[in-house]
Amino acid sequence: MSPRITAATAARVLQQIRHDRRTIALLLIVPSALLFLLSEMLGSVQFDRLGAPMLGMFPFITMFLVTSIAMLRERTTGTLERLMTMPLAKLDVLGGYGIAFALLAAVQALVTSGFVFLVLALDTPGSPALIVGLAVLDAVLGSALGLLASAFASSEFQAVQFMPAFVLPQILLCGLFVPRDEMAGWLDAIASVLPLTFAFDALDAVAVQGDDLAAVSGEIAVLAAFTAAAIGLGALTLRRRTD
Amino acid sequence: MNYAIEIDGLDVERGGRPVLQGLSARLAAGKVTGLLGPSGCGKTTLIRSIVGVQKVAGGSVTVLGRPAGSAGLRRRVAYVTQSPSVYADLTIDENLRYFARVIGAPTETVAEALAAVDLARSGDRLVGTLSGGQRSRVSLACALLGKPDVLVLDEPTVGLDPVLRRDLWALFHRLADDGATLLVSSHVMDEAARCDRLLLMREGALVADTTPGDLRERTGEQDMEAAFLRLVEQ
Repeated sequence: MSPRITAATAARVLQQIRHDRRTIALLLIVPSALLFLLSEMLGSVQFDRLGAPMLGMFPFITMFLVTSIAMLRERTTGTLERLMTMPLAKLDVLGGYGIAFALLAAVQALVTSGFVFLVLALDTPGSPALIVGLAVLDAVLGSALGLLASAFASSEFQAVQFMPAFVLPQILLCGLFVPRDEMAGWLDAIASVLPLTFAFDALDAVAVQGDDLAAVSGEIAVLAAFTAAAIGLGALTLRRRTD
Repeated sequence: MNYAIEIDGLDVERGGRPVLQGLSARLAAGKVTGLLGPSGCGKTTLIRSIVGVQKVAGGSVTVLGRPAGSAGLRRRVAYVTQSPSVYADLTIDENLRYFARVIGAPTETVAEALAAVDLARSGDRLVGTLSGGQRSRVSLACALLGKPDVLVLDEPTVGLDPVLRRDLWALFHRLADDGATLLVSSHVMDEAARCDRLLLMREGALVADTTPGDLRERTGEQDMEAAFLRLVEQ
């Protein structure tokens, strides 16, 4: 693995997105618009409880989708095959994608949380900076899982369906809709091994209970471990030699 | 003779079906070798085995004295896939600069490579807006970066206009004169006449390893298409 090639790959991925203005607009505006909708639906008391966790969900979902499609295109257009004949490590490709989408996610999280805190006046006892940081971490996790998922998709049709297949169950079970201690035991057991559950727990703890960084460091470590594992597995599924 | 690529008893299966069976061939260094045969005869599979991206069931492929696909070859062997493998959502320049960074080629080589495929003045055009022929030239330009010792080109001249095709073949011979080894595949038999050496393939096997002159002499046909037919029927 070479930092020069990883950085070049990240810059190239960002360049590709820069040429796609509409995607940038969608990435930056849609989460804010959805959160506005949510705040209007819920009223300020409920929104103060759910706004921050949702701030982590949207980047997770969009980055999962965007990354899995981007990586799938790399595979199906032959550019990945070309890269595999070049002096670049598999982790240069995955790392490049990870860094590019992490930067994009950071911008998305900053715009969205700026809107939520300044315009929608979300009231939280926790640190807004920590909430933004967690949202970025969730987005990076979404990217990493998207990279891994794309290995199992051979068409765009399949890739977009991994969203309802792998992401929606995590959203349903993470504790957002029904608190986990009110779930059936087996549902809670499943929830306790899904990465988004840890993302929700951390955001909920910071935004609602006002926990600090030290209090959620366990969740952060688990999220980082899931991200690393997804990238590692992604590297294993990437083959220089194929049929 | 000095060989750049040596293939011994190569077996490749795809989807449980044999595509190449015990194929052996030697490619002379510093020459333009044409790989000719009808669509589906296994040309691309052979090419992918040479650049080391094809799963191989048996036999060996040695490139520049090393096993095909080994790490030391990745700077010295360039590969152009059949469908242009460049980023449609980047400009021509951005594509070349990225691949130049990956192989560690100096940035000046970008302009040289674009000039070689007659795209010097179009660098800021988005690849997605180009015609198919232009895209395949961008893809070819990416392979010229960093002056590779071996160039493996899968149907690089398909769909190009005759003037450009002639220019590209002239380029291939210039590269070979500078010491590079080229393997150029085509399903158009007319292109065989432009090669120094020929590998003729049919149904996963090598039909002939020859030169255009020898092929004409052996078959008594001047036209390459007719010569190939005669050879197959013999």
